[in-house]
Amino acid sequence: MIEVEDVHYVYPNNVEALKGVSLTVKDGEFVAIMGQNGAGKTTLVKHFNGLLKPTQGTVRVDGVNTKKTSIATLAKNVGFVFQNPDHQLFSETVEEEISFALKNFGFEAEVIEKRLDWALNLLGLTQYRKTSPFLLSGGERKRVALASVLAWDPQALVLDEPTIGQDHEQKERLRQFIVQMQAQGKTVVIVTHDVEFVAECNPRVLLMKEGKIVADGEGKEILTSPEILAQSSIVLPQIAQVFMQLESLGLPRDVIDIYEAKEILLKVLKERRK
Amino acid sequence: MAIIETKNVAYTYPGAANPSISEVSMKVEKGEFVLITGPSGCGKTTLCRCFNGLIPHFYQGELKGEVTVSGMDVTQHQTHEMAKHVGLVFQNPENQLFALSVEKDVAFGLENLGFAREEMRKRVDWALNLTDIYDLRERSPHEVSGGQQQRVAIAAVLAMQPEIIVLDEPTSFLDPLSAEKIFDVIYELNQKIGITVVLVEHRLDLTAKYANHIIIMDEGKVCFDGAPREILSTEETRLIGVGIPKATLLYQLLKKEGVNLGDVTPLSSDELSALLRGALEAK
Repeated sequence: MIEVEDVHYVYPNNVEALKGVSLTVKDGEFVAIMGQNGAGKTTLVKHFNGLLKPTQGTVRVDGVNTKKTSIATLAKNVGFVFQNPDHQLFSETVEEEISFALKNFGFEAEVIEKRLDWALNLLGLTQYRKTSPFLLSGGERKRVALASVLAWDPQALVLDEPTIGQDHEQKERLRQFIVQMQAQGKTVVIVTHDVEFVAECNPRVLLMKEGKIVADGEGKEILTSPEILAQSSIVLPQIAQVFMQLESLGLPRDVIDIYEAKEILLKVLKERRK
Repeated sequence: MAIIETKNVAYTYPGAANPSISEVSMKVEKGEFVLITGPSGCGKTTLCRCFNGLIPHFYQGELKGEVTVSGMDVTQHQTHEMAKHVGLVFQNPENQLFALSVEKDVAFGLENLGFAREEMRKRVDWALNLTDIYDLRERSPHEVSGGQQQRVAIAAVLAMQPEIIVLDEPTSFLDPLSAEKIFDVIYELNQKIGITVVLVEHRLDLTAKYANHIIIMDEGKVCFDGAPREILSTEETRLIGVGIPKATLLYQLLKKEGVNLGDVTPLSSDELSALLRGALEAK
């Protein structure tokens, strides 16, 4: 469980990036943090594994105050994948990159081998095992960064913009993976601008603006409220836009799922034909 | 005459066992807005690197076939010569920003080409305003956010006013509204000044509506090449992996159920809701 209590954070250049944020993320929850560039999303999630410590207020991970423990200890519980993979990749091969943290955490060779195979396979990277991460495409490097964190199987996972550079198929794999994590009672927090991905997953959505949380609720509810989204530079997903424009014809407004959309439209069109 | 043309191009990075792209023959006409898409790792970025000569001059490796851009064979002209004609915005803005201030970064290309001070001032301000970063001009490009860095990289290329602008996922770090604003600006330049645009993107939801030409790649090869509406209306299963716009997909799902909304495949939510409104009100 991650508990954030009235957190303020001021960067060394005196920019106040967080202005009193409180929230609780329970074990097994899937949360998407959305909002405009510079709203404080990345600053907030960097508090979850102790990369940043609050200037004021407290952050507790599984009851432990992040100010009173080390990043190394927290990292084992909360895995963090950066927005830009080049900020975390450094090894000669994909294989070394993924096993690096496992070795540091002192896992046995056999376990490392197993976890490595599992992570490579999960992210479709097996063929690149011996390749340098820097020869891979942007989207593939992003997956190497994710694999290197997944390999040590943290209790909670923080992914900063995980869908950047990913094609539709990769996004679908990521979605299925997150569903699996949830089923195992693990926590997933993503920071994202990808409204279509959020519409497909329907997680809890936290909307941030200028260092504060301005909305907190079910994805379906927030992504179909243009009044709420307008203040955060988020556009409605396409399906929600379609239903918004048809509201005056008596159709429901809160639809984001394409298959639900199809069923509703088939029913309405059938009724009108009578 | 085509402004970009490749004939049977294959390229292998140094040390790589297999070519990243092969048998690529494509043409871009002057003034087109081309969208290049396809699965991650399919060779989109590699192809773009050929357009300004980064391949083969910077990356070395083995290039086969012909690449002609603005009438020049890229193997015979260095990247700095190509840069007057082709501006390239990279996927990762950090790879192209280096100056001490945003303004200097945007001015760098112009300085190198020996522009007069006044003209330089004019163009830099124009580009900073277009991309909405005028207020950041004194800041270091390395202390602004990822999204802002992307705007700086785009401004630096726009300031050169090249004939062709090649953008490789240029707004991936930007929030959707800011991304849309940038695409609108690029579209406007395309429409007003006739600048040729080559855009690499996965998010067709955001970008399909701007393009009049789409190229879809898979495993290093071109597998579809044509008008977006035509290509996105083919019910090819391979397109599903590409992630066609949700509005287009919904239209196709309804069509499969026997709902006839007309023969023109919608590419945006506006187009789909207009079709649905027509069908619902007619009854």
